[in-house]
Amino acid sequence: MTLDAARAGELDASEMRVTAETLRLQAEVALASGRVQLAENLERAAELAGLGDDELLAVYTALRPGRSTAEELERWAERLAEQNAPRNATFVREALVAYRERSLLADG
Amino acid sequence: MVESSKRFEARAGSELRRELLVEPWPELGLVAANGPADPSPELVVEDGVVTRLDGRAAVDFDVIDRFLVAHGLDLEVAEEAMALPDVRLARMLVDIDVPRAELVRLARGLTPAKLARVAGMLDPVELMMALKKLRARRDPGNQAHVTNLKESPALLAADAAEAARRGFDELETTVGVARYAPLNALALLVGSQTGRPGVMTQCAVEERRNLELAIRGLVTYAETLSVYGTEPVFADGDDTPWSKAFLGSAYASRGVKVRFTSGTGSEALMGFAQGHSMLYLEARCVSVVRAAGAQGVQNGSISCVALVLAVPGGTRAILAENVLAAWLDLEVASGNDAISSHSAIRKTAKLMGQFLPGTDFVTSGYSVMPRRDNTFGGGNYDADDIDEWLTIQRDWQVDGGIEPVAEDEVLRVRERAARAVQAVYAELGLPPVTDDEIEVATGGHSSADMPDRDRAADVEAADDLLARGVSALDVALALDRRGFVDVAEAVVGMLRQRIAADYLQTSAVIEPDGLVRSAVNDPNAYLGPGTGYRLEGERWELLQALPHVVDPRTLGSETGAAAAIVEHGAVAVRGDDPGEVVVALGPAFADGLRETINGLPHEAVLDAVLEGVRDAGGTPRLVRIRRAADVAFIAHDGAVLSGSGVALGLQSKGTAVIHRADLQPLDNLELFGMSPLYTLESYRAMGRNASGYALGQRVGPVPTELDNFARAKLIVRTTLLHAREAAAVVPNAPPVDVERLNP
Repeated sequence: MTLDAARAGELDASEMRVTAETLRLQAEVALASGRVQLAENLERAAELAGLGDDELLAVYTALRPGRSTAEELERWAERLAEQNAPRNATFVREALVAYRERSLLADG
Repeated sequence: MVESSKRFEARAGSELRRELLVEPWPELGLVAANGPADPSPELVVEDGVVTRLDGRAAVDFDVIDRFLVAHGLDLEVAEEAMALPDVRLARMLVDIDVPRAELVRLARGLTPAKLARVAGMLDPVELMMALKKLRARRDPGNQAHVTNLKESPALLAADAAEAARRGFDELETTVGVARYAPLNALALLVGSQTGRPGVMTQCAVEERRNLELAIRGLVTYAETLSVYGTEPVFADGDDTPWSKAFLGSAYASRGVKVRFTSGTGSEALMGFAQGHSMLYLEARCVSVVRAAGAQGVQNGSISCVALVLAVPGGTRAILAENVLAAWLDLEVASGNDAISSHSAIRKTAKLMGQFLPGTDFVTSGYSVMPRRDNTFGGGNYDADDIDEWLTIQRDWQVDGGIEPVAEDEVLRVRERAARAVQAVYAELGLPPVTDDEIEVATGGHSSADMPDRDRAADVEAADDLLARGVSALDVALALDRRGFVDVAEAVVGMLRQRIAADYLQTSAVIEPDGLVRSAVNDPNAYLGPGTGYRLEGERWELLQALPHVVDPRTLGSETGAAAAIVEHGAVAVRGDDPGEVVVALGPAFADGLRETINGLPHEAVLDAVLEGVRDAGGTPRLVRIRRAADVAFIAHDGAVLSGSGVALGLQSKGTAVIHRADLQPLDNLELFGMSPLYTLESYRAMGRNASGYALGQRVGPVPTELDNFARAKLIVRTTLLHAREAAAVVPNAPPVDVERLNP
């Protein structure tokens, strides 16, 4: 990743992003310095690295208050699990339980 | 009976009194800390499950409690940490022998109520001590706001470049019109990397747009993720802890550094404080931030600061919330961005809480442009205050994250950044940036000076820029083609940073050489005097060298070669003319020094005094006193030589005394100590009065004025002038007669 490589047309803008492996390494660094939650966040991020922007924003929107029914959140969790994002799937299911208790689901 | 006071009336008209102060009203959340309805700290764990938290049973846990139980509380530490008495924890916070790591470990097991109660026990100086100790990264830093009302790209780039050159680690912009986002982000990227490679930038806009800018490499960090301390306010903000935490992970997945935002007062402002104190609710916020896995937070009331300052203890509570964030091992951008008060005194008194201990970013946005151009509604400190900020850094020997830079260097980086953005606009086919825009952006004061652009064309071009998928790589190539090779390298360097993602670690900033400094590789290890970050060495040399600081050796030394004004004669003896008035000159008067502190030439002063003496009927006689520089002794030595026993003593800086031989040296007839205020007419009047005393006439004192600022303004010059007078002293030398040459 150098200016010379850019001049030579060897770089593609779409490839200039952090990889899941790098994010996992950063999670290890965070954990080694005692930052459990930061590490967990970076692990979730690693899982999301391969997802498209629209899908990311769709999950975010689904998690906003009153947006999703329990079934919809469960479907998102399943979809995340299918895309090698088990931590995020668990995260969405946790939200589903909390939202049900606190009337934050679309269907009350 | 007097019913009103003009002094009360004057105070009521002050800037300070434009703000409303209110008594606490806990039911509305209008209480800073230790609210009567704040819960007692409580954590009950049964079979590894939290069954009670801060006054609530599990069945009543709200969405925040549930999130903290799921992600925030470390139950392995909780039993030990919660068992510690509040006062024990409070003392550990300020004990230099308890290391930061131990406090951070214990905080993992503390509930929000416990955190708030412990921080609420510290007084302001203790809070500063705690903050100094708990800051995550070793070096303090600062963040700048860069915006303008016209969204002028040349001005944004120039301001970004100046901010970067002045040492800000992060720059934040936003938009007046949402569609401008890619253009403003572009101007900031180009400007920042022109000013100093490695400076991180963000553009505060709606999340989807923000993610898109990040994916294009046009921004590197975000801090728009707000959290709140009560469930209804969280929901009114259209989020939950889960949605915000997910968004944080989404940003991280694109290599974007994320800082959350919270702050006291927001819950009261939004009407659902649920009867709790501001500090307790903020303890819940920062607990959520940490549980979400964010590396940091901007807190310290932020946009609600004026509300918190309306209640008693508001300033202290804001400092306490910064301490809580640092205690939870979070990077802290500590507010001081929104205008906290109309009063400069009050505003700066509040600032000291963060400024003196130092935080990762002392302000969440120092307005590098005049505040009228700050579209964040910020500008607590702005472009016109930079000299004040730099001076306060120099006064306290404290690093507030802003460097002094000379005017020519500022102009150089501003112009270069404006030219760089002009080049990028041309290469990318955006509406042209004119040379006129560059000139005004370089040397102008605000966007009011800037030529208007075709805004419709700009927003269309912005949409097109996104549609074409233009990325930071295209920006680098555009810069390269137009000869801005170093800026192009810096932009590519930022793309490299995004791939390496080291700046996702806590409190990360990027050095000009690309090294990421964070709490991981550069942790704060303050353990009392002699440890931690200290403003010393080269950095201290840099921060004290303000452009307008002068070398005292160069002051008032330009008179050496001037033609002589007086000629010295024989050793002086006592005169016998009863009408004689001695005018006694200090050792350097009209000789080594040639003008008063007020800039009056000594020959003119001398002639005015002589004229005054003669006008009132006396006979003036000039004498040089050599043994003393003190005006009392100059005048008294003269009086002893005077046929009338009266003398006027003149010090080189212009201070004068009328003396009489029979008085004690430190007594006098009249003292003229306000030398900066005197005119030649004043000296004529002094001469007349001296004559009057000599001839035994009735004398009214010379009217004098008082300027209490004269000392602050002139004490340095006074010291230097007096040092030169004192250097001209010849110990034990007798006075000599003096003749005025060519009057």
